[in-house]
Amino acid sequence: MDVTFQFDWQAAFASIPFLLKGIPYTLLISFGGLAIGFLIGILFGLLRISRLAWLKIPAVAYIEIFRGTPVLVQVLFIFYGLPQLLGGPINALVAGIAAIAVNSGAYISEIVRGGVQSIERGQREAGLSLGLSRRQTFRYIIWPQAFRRMIPSLGNQGIISIKDTSLFSVIGVGELVRQGQVYIATTFNALEVYLMVALLYLAITLTLSFMLRQLERRGLVGQ
Amino acid sequence: MTHEKSTSGGDPIVRMDKVNKHFGSLHVLKDIDLEVSPGEVVVIIGASGSGKSTLIRCINGLEEFQQGYLEVDGSQLVPHGKASAALQKIRTEVGMVFQQFNLFPHLSVLDNVTLAPMKVRGWSQEDATETAERLLERVGISDQAAKHPGQLSGGQQQRVALARALAMEPRLMLFDEPTSALDPEMIGEVLDAMRELAREGMTMLIVTHEMGFAREVADRVIFIHKGEITEEGPPEEVFDSPQNERTQSFLSRVLKH
Repeated sequence: MDVTFQFDWQAAFASIPFLLKGIPYTLLISFGGLAIGFLIGILFGLLRISRLAWLKIPAVAYIEIFRGTPVLVQVLFIFYGLPQLLGGPINALVAGIAAIAVNSGAYISEIVRGGVQSIERGQREAGLSLGLSRRQTFRYIIWPQAFRRMIPSLGNQGIISIKDTSLFSVIGVGELVRQGQVYIATTFNALEVYLMVALLYLAITLTLSFMLRQLERRGLVGQ
Repeated sequence: MTHEKSTSGGDPIVRMDKVNKHFGSLHVLKDIDLEVSPGEVVVIIGASGSGKSTLIRCINGLEEFQQGYLEVDGSQLVPHGKASAALQKIRTEVGMVFQQFNLFPHLSVLDNVTLAPMKVRGWSQEDATETAERLLERVGISDQAAKHPGQLSGGQQQRVALARALAMEPRLMLFDEPTSALDPEMIGEVLDAMRELAREGMTMLIVTHEMGFAREVADRVIFIHKGEITEEGPPEEVFDSPQNERTQSFLSRVLKH
């Protein structure tokens, strides 16, 4: 029997148009989820810093729960579990976005907390001593500086979340991995197709890394 | 400008009566009685950890105190003070210069100076900019307005910090060791700016280790030891014939070199 294997470049390239159809879903779940996760992260990150226990404890609980459980379990819970509570099915795309949102939100909360707490106490004191309210001091002095320091960590989280969406093939949403699986089911070119899938993820994450580096370079002027 | 003092006239801007502050078991300020009149320049001296910085930080509410009466420019700060309208008003009327400058590194020099007048006083961009340019000119850094604080020397940064505080047109200026973080060759330029401010009649409360400067500009010198005012008087008296032995030993240590 002939056991030599030839990498079939033609098959690899032939799969690309079909795989590309998954990219809008991958991007929509990633960036939709991250956008909501960012808002969650700001809210819970700031609650986490609060000295008031009734604000802080819920934030700590949220962060620990969603950071301490796998995103795969979270999406299964949302897609298969929640409908039993709600009495109706949840769209797979919505479930995917929601899972990325609550998962990245927990991590981003910690990034926000770290960023805000890294700003020297003197900055706040200078703002307050000038008569700015606590809110104004946060808005004009603390937050702009904290946000700049958060950019590298936020980028890191973005890349992690993009890759996490690959797990969501299990709920049948037509993202990149799911497209690959469907394609392989008819052609059996697993090696070629998964290599292409991997390269497409790499293309997305490298683009993001590049954009973040540009942003960081601009953001750091005058620091 | 002439050296005009109105030490005698008007209600005191700062009135402290038996102010006490504790940090846990540490008694940081003990029965502080202090009055500062409009136009007066008061210099507070004492060893590190004596409570002198804490004292002036109580005046604009950056530190809270536990007992006593504290009134600044007619507004009363209550013990255990949390955010209040009185505190807000005091901070609007009292400027502060910090040891570490605490300029806003993400804003240009000009924006550092215009931020508070615009956001707190509601000035227009034009008015705030005009005032800022005048103040930057006065402290000798008008040509650096577009730069960011990180591009300036320490002495320049501290002069920007002074301009930033003055832009709010404060009735009282607090200085918390304004030259302690500076390289020796930059101390003079900051003291010069402060000297000029004193000449113009600004009410100033200064914590410093610059004894020569204190002797020269102070109307009154206060010596603090372990949270207590142990000596107080005109600079000639405190420096040349201190009555308290703590003051004597402190001065003999700092004036030797």
